[in-house]
Amino acid sequence: MITNAILILLLPLFAFVVQIFIGKRLPRQGDWLPTGAIICSFLLALPIFFDALSNYEAGHVVVQQSWEWLRFGNLEITFGIYVDNLTSIMLIVVTLISSLVHIYSIGYMQGDERYSRYFAYLCLFSFAMLGLVLVDNFFGIYCFWELVGLGSYLLIGFWFEKKSASDASKKAFITNRVGDVGMFAGIMIIFSTLGVFGFTDVFTKIADGGLSGTMLTVTGILIFFGAIGKSAQFPLHVWLPDAMEGPTPVSALIHAATMVAAGVYMVGRTFVIYTEDALLFIAIIGTITAFMAATIAIVQKDIKRVLAYSTISQLGYMMVGLGTGGYTAGLFHLTTHAFFKALLFLGSGSVIHAVHSQDMDDMGGLRKKMPITFWTFLIGTLALSGVPPFSGFWSKDAILASALEFGMNHSAYMWIFVAMLLSAGITAFYMFRLIFMTFTGQAKDQKKFDHAHESPFTMTLPLVVLAVLSVGTIWWGWIEHLLAKPELATYATVAVGAVEHSAEHGNAHLAHTIALFSSIAVAGSGILLAAVVYHWKKISAEAWGSKLKPVYNLLWNKYYFDEMYEATVIRATLWKSRIFAAFDVKIIDGFVNGIATVTSKFASLQGAIDRVGVDGMVNGVARVVGVFSNRLRTIQTGKIQTYILMALFAVLILFVLQQF
Amino acid sequence: MLAVGLNHYLILSAILFCLGLFSVVTKKNAVTVLMGVELILNAANINFIAFAKYVDNDLDGQMIALFVIVTAAAAAAVALAIVLNIYQRLKSINLDEADSLAG
Repeated sequence: MITNAILILLLPLFAFVVQIFIGKRLPRQGDWLPTGAIICSFLLALPIFFDALSNYEAGHVVVQQSWEWLRFGNLEITFGIYVDNLTSIMLIVVTLISSLVHIYSIGYMQGDERYSRYFAYLCLFSFAMLGLVLVDNFFGIYCFWELVGLGSYLLIGFWFEKKSASDASKKAFITNRVGDVGMFAGIMIIFSTLGVFGFTDVFTKIADGGLSGTMLTVTGILIFFGAIGKSAQFPLHVWLPDAMEGPTPVSALIHAATMVAAGVYMVGRTFVIYTEDALLFIAIIGTITAFMAATIAIVQKDIKRVLAYSTISQLGYMMVGLGTGGYTAGLFHLTTHAFFKALLFLGSGSVIHAVHSQDMDDMGGLRKKMPITFWTFLIGTLALSGVPPFSGFWSKDAILASALEFGMNHSAYMWIFVAMLLSAGITAFYMFRLIFMTFTGQAKDQKKFDHAHESPFTMTLPLVVLAVLSVGTIWWGWIEHLLAKPELATYATVAVGAVEHSAEHGNAHLAHTIALFSSIAVAGSGILLAAVVYHWKKISAEAWGSKLKPVYNLLWNKYYFDEMYEATVIRATLWKSRIFAAFDVKIIDGFVNGIATVTSKFASLQGAIDRVGVDGMVNGVARVVGVFSNRLRTIQTGKIQTYILMALFAVLILFVLQQF
Repeated sequence: MLAVGLNHYLILSAILFCLGLFSVVTKKNAVTVLMGVELILNAANINFIAFAKYVDNDLDGQMIALFVIVTAAAAAAVALAIVLNIYQRLKSINLDEADSLAG
């Protein structure tokens, strides 16, 4: 099993390295290599999954092994692999959807200029995502957390010639960084108080009371900040709709099924460290996100943006599930959502591929042209809207039940359930609005309609596979055992009253019944309303839109979040940058330039001294010697008699001198 | 009657030396210069012999005088050969013209 786990992680890495360097020279530009690698990873993940499935009691660990990675003095950082039930199901989700997206991309990206590089990036992302779910400590999860962010950045900006795409990639990366700072701080609090990074060690020490009270709440909320960024929760959700600038299969893999779910996964992985206050915070953030994003999705015209807001909304649901204590519900929804949202994105990619437009005003009546896409898309929509027996119904119902149960136990927070129920209805409404605008009715743009055609086999096959997985019954009966809720570490020290416990149990039963019927009711009414407005056209959307102009504008402009950030954070940052730039240019550069000027002045002075003084002295001596030599050479006449005469005078002088 | 003493010989020698020196220094003809050299040598010989007679009263001075005469003859022969060579090269024995070593 450990070999399987390691191979699952290393195969995509190997494929990425080969692909990025020599992919272009391989046959078919090497698309088969990453695809093959990720399919192998999927096959290797199956035994792990079945092992978990056949021993599905809570806390079952399939593989746990770690190795020393770094050592500074007494500090030892280990790096290891930890596979429990949650990891095993995440491995299946990631490898399966990634495989299908790779296969789909072979058709979708055909003929792209950077076809080979696209697969390399996709494979890098898969590696990072698998690392994220496999790693056994906070330090490692942070590393892979940033790596998936890098993969996302590279793929959103894949068509970087488009300014909107390169802007979107920067926005995604920077927004994520904001959340990551909080997560990093949280991890540092854990490390500085407990001195360990490993999940199991941290959980044990927290259960022993190593970190508790307000500090633990703060730590949990800080770690959740990472999830706010990565899972596009309010108020850092703004990057996800813009991330739709990337290729559609990327949106399906990264921005619907896996990376954005990483935040939910992380909350699930570290679930036991959250205190009740921290969980409440998570639930409230999730509620705001779910409701806000659902309302924005109503008015969007871009097919991918509708799905993007729907993703944000569903991620909010998962957070509410976790926050209200429905661990199983939240992670179940993560799993089902991964499949049906990937299906919806790939389906929308198929539509975009056919009509070369993302605007729903250009579509309509595509049902006959693209039957496979239509039927699979419809299944995805039914799943997302929460219609039984499709998968989304079961998981969303579980979340609603969890929220209701929470509301029953803490009546002040009943509004969470109400908002969730309302969002469920809105979800059904906007998804069927999308179906009616895209697939039924009359073609709005005849030229594009005539051009439209069903997508190639590599693109429809993943749609069919995902559609099968979106049918709910295959999830029945085992998932709640596989993802059984772990005991909160903070609860281990607090004895839970037996009476209260049984009361909660009674509430749980009641909550499930209410949630079941109410969710069917709201989904049905949402669908009905959409049909009335967009299919039978009994109510004019335009008329209502102009009647509720302020509301419409508010939603159309996405609650003015981008404008607000523009006016506050971005402007403040730019302003601060300009001040720093001015400081840099005036003071720092001035100082450096000043030193340079002084040095150069001093150097030229020294040069002058050197030239005039030192050289002058040397040259002067030489010149004096020259002058004298020039005089003296005149007595060297070459005439022997002159010499003799001189010798004579010399002797005479000596004589005279001798006399004294 | 003035007796002939050492001083007389020395004065004679000095006169002879001066004459020789004069001809060495002033004459342009190389052969004349050589003749001046002979006069200087002979002035020295007179000194040797005078000192030998009046001071030591033995024959050492005469011996050295004889050596000087022999070496002077040899020197004169070598010098004349040089002069002949100079003549061959310059077609002149004028010492003023033999100045190719001048700085």
